[in-house]
Amino acid sequence: MYRYDKYDQAMVDARVEEFRDQTRRRIEGQLNDDQFKPLRLKNGLYLQLHAYMLRVAIPYGTFNSEQMRKLAHIARKYDRGYGHFTTRQNIQYNWIKLEEAPDILAELATVEMHAIQTSGESIRNISADQYAGAAADEICDPRPWAELLRQATTFHPEFSYLPRKFKIAVISSKEDRAALRWHDCALRIVRNEAGEEGFEVYAGGGMGRTPFIAHQIREFLPAQQIFSYLQAILRVWNLHARRDNIHKQRMKILVHELGEEEFRRQVEEEFQTFLALGTDFPQAEYDRIAEYFTPPPFETGLPEEIDRSDPAFALWVDQQVVAHKAPGYAIANISLKPIRGIAGDISAEQMDVVADLAERYSFDDVRATHAQNLVLPHVRKADLYAVWQALDAAGLADANLDLITDIIACPGLDYCSLANARSIPIAQKIAERFQDMDRQRDIGELKIKISGCINACGHHHAGQIGILGVDRKGTENYQLLLGGSGAEDTSQAKITGPGFDEAGIVDAVERTVERYREIREPGERFLDTYRRVGLDAFKEAIYG
Amino acid sequence: MADTFRYRDDAPHEEPAITLDSFIEQPGGASAVRVEAGDDVRQLIPYLDQLQLIEIAFPRFRDGRGFSSARILREAGYKGELRAEGDVLIDLLFFMRRCGFDSFASQHVLNPVDVEAALNRYSNVYQDATDDAVPIWKLRHG
Repeated sequence: MYRYDKYDQAMVDARVEEFRDQTRRRIEGQLNDDQFKPLRLKNGLYLQLHAYMLRVAIPYGTFNSEQMRKLAHIARKYDRGYGHFTTRQNIQYNWIKLEEAPDILAELATVEMHAIQTSGESIRNISADQYAGAAADEICDPRPWAELLRQATTFHPEFSYLPRKFKIAVISSKEDRAALRWHDCALRIVRNEAGEEGFEVYAGGGMGRTPFIAHQIREFLPAQQIFSYLQAILRVWNLHARRDNIHKQRMKILVHELGEEEFRRQVEEEFQTFLALGTDFPQAEYDRIAEYFTPPPFETGLPEEIDRSDPAFALWVDQQVVAHKAPGYAIANISLKPIRGIAGDISAEQMDVVADLAERYSFDDVRATHAQNLVLPHVRKADLYAVWQALDAAGLADANLDLITDIIACPGLDYCSLANARSIPIAQKIAERFQDMDRQRDIGELKIKISGCINACGHHHAGQIGILGVDRKGTENYQLLLGGSGAEDTSQAKITGPGFDEAGIVDAVERTVERYREIREPGERFLDTYRRVGLDAFKEAIYG
Repeated sequence: MADTFRYRDDAPHEEPAITLDSFIEQPGGASAVRVEAGDDVRQLIPYLDQLQLIEIAFPRFRDGRGFSSARILREAGYKGELRAEGDVLIDLLFFMRRCGFDSFASQHVLNPVDVEAALNRYSNVYQDATDDAVPIWKLRHG
């Protein structure tokens, strides 16, 4: 993985001192709350319902055991002994004291971590495929480009006071594990006929109250020109976005209003300006970064067989383990979705267990996923049983990846000051209802995503089953949506009809699932059946 | 206008700035123009040689359009004074300098010690802009 040199380290160290100074000026009254807010947000610090929340960046979802142990330490010392992995591969802490935030940032800087641009109207932490460097289907590791763009977009002087947030994702496979086209700027690494590396560029995606799937604006952009092209996109948006209504300032709105063609034309024109400036990073810098992502020293001649004599282990392997590109190795997914747990939450003790396992069995490499789970990307198949035993002892061995209980849920009204309804208890009730493993496996892939308000942090637009919590005359009400996808077959879920109360939404999900089981054809996932028969075929079952 | 900081050696330009619309109607006369946040500064590009002061308004500090406007003018070769005016806060100054602003007329009182600290906090930068800071990638590769 990437390691800081003296320049990167000096940058995060200076950032800590800057934030300490800004906090001092706030406390002394030189900055009012309105002026301080964007500064703390650019350092990941939100004010929630009960306390400050700190969101720590995990660039492209990759981190190591030392960093994980530091995250555990922060959970113990500054929070309540746990952390929460988010839908953008970051981790956040829910019970932070403002006056301690500079100290936490200083602790993070000692392990090459930060909270820079994890919030506010900035270019956010860049997300990527959680299987990068391990996936059998990738054409190259997307992370060197993500790291190059991390540096290029850190403290960018022209684009630090953007109209709204700006999210970038990078993948390099056909299969999309990163909800690519739900980002403001989505990059897929491809090769052209001459075998050269480049990007398919998509722009204008996003969830929130006005969801859009990103449009392809470039079929092939030579890889070395990506920073010019990105700056062109940002400049068009920065100059022309509305500034009078915060709900209409995301880039997706501008792309929609200008139309794909006109937006592309303006970007291409601005692109020529940036190309002429020569601000792109040279090949030598890409090569320097890529060096850090050379594959670990995989052993050869390892056994492929896995001893499946322990049925609980065999079940975990079937559900959580994915093919690796190196023979004898496997990708092991760690579920953070235990029944009765909170999606994405992990205790400090569990973090230490995962850190130990990464160090011992996975070349010191851990990944966070947008579905709020973790990954050990490089495990010898022969070690899977030992890994599973350790996970099981720590309460981390649930075998529900992509099943109905692997629910994405935002923090909702339990924590968030924007929320209209709780998300966590709904996810828990659905998971309890469907906890029987045979039933879950019979239902198969079914991605439920729950948001506690229209800002859609729980990705309900991309849920095969989406749930949106709203406030209806002072009581929580839940709308049901069907047919969304955050995968390569990206689609936006459609609302089924009137909403439900807390008990009613769980029943409605069950009726939806049972209808699917009645009408599915062999081999069809829920989403396939939905696409074949349409919404109406489910409405009758849902509303009777 | 509460506080002015200037980072140029030449004498301050005294002529009052006129609006961009008025300037474009009768280009040739004035040498100082005021640009509002939504104005298209590219209209000024044919006249940059005759302009000695361009003032870019920051009506609210969160409105970052002026950063792009400034950089566009500098990239087009503008050499005169480029002033950020309005809701200009200390923590914007470093980015403003990098985008080509060389004077600030803030509606707030800014502590000069904090201003200097903010401008000198980062010894390096990750990317090129319109200042002469050398990006880190260039330092790495000599």
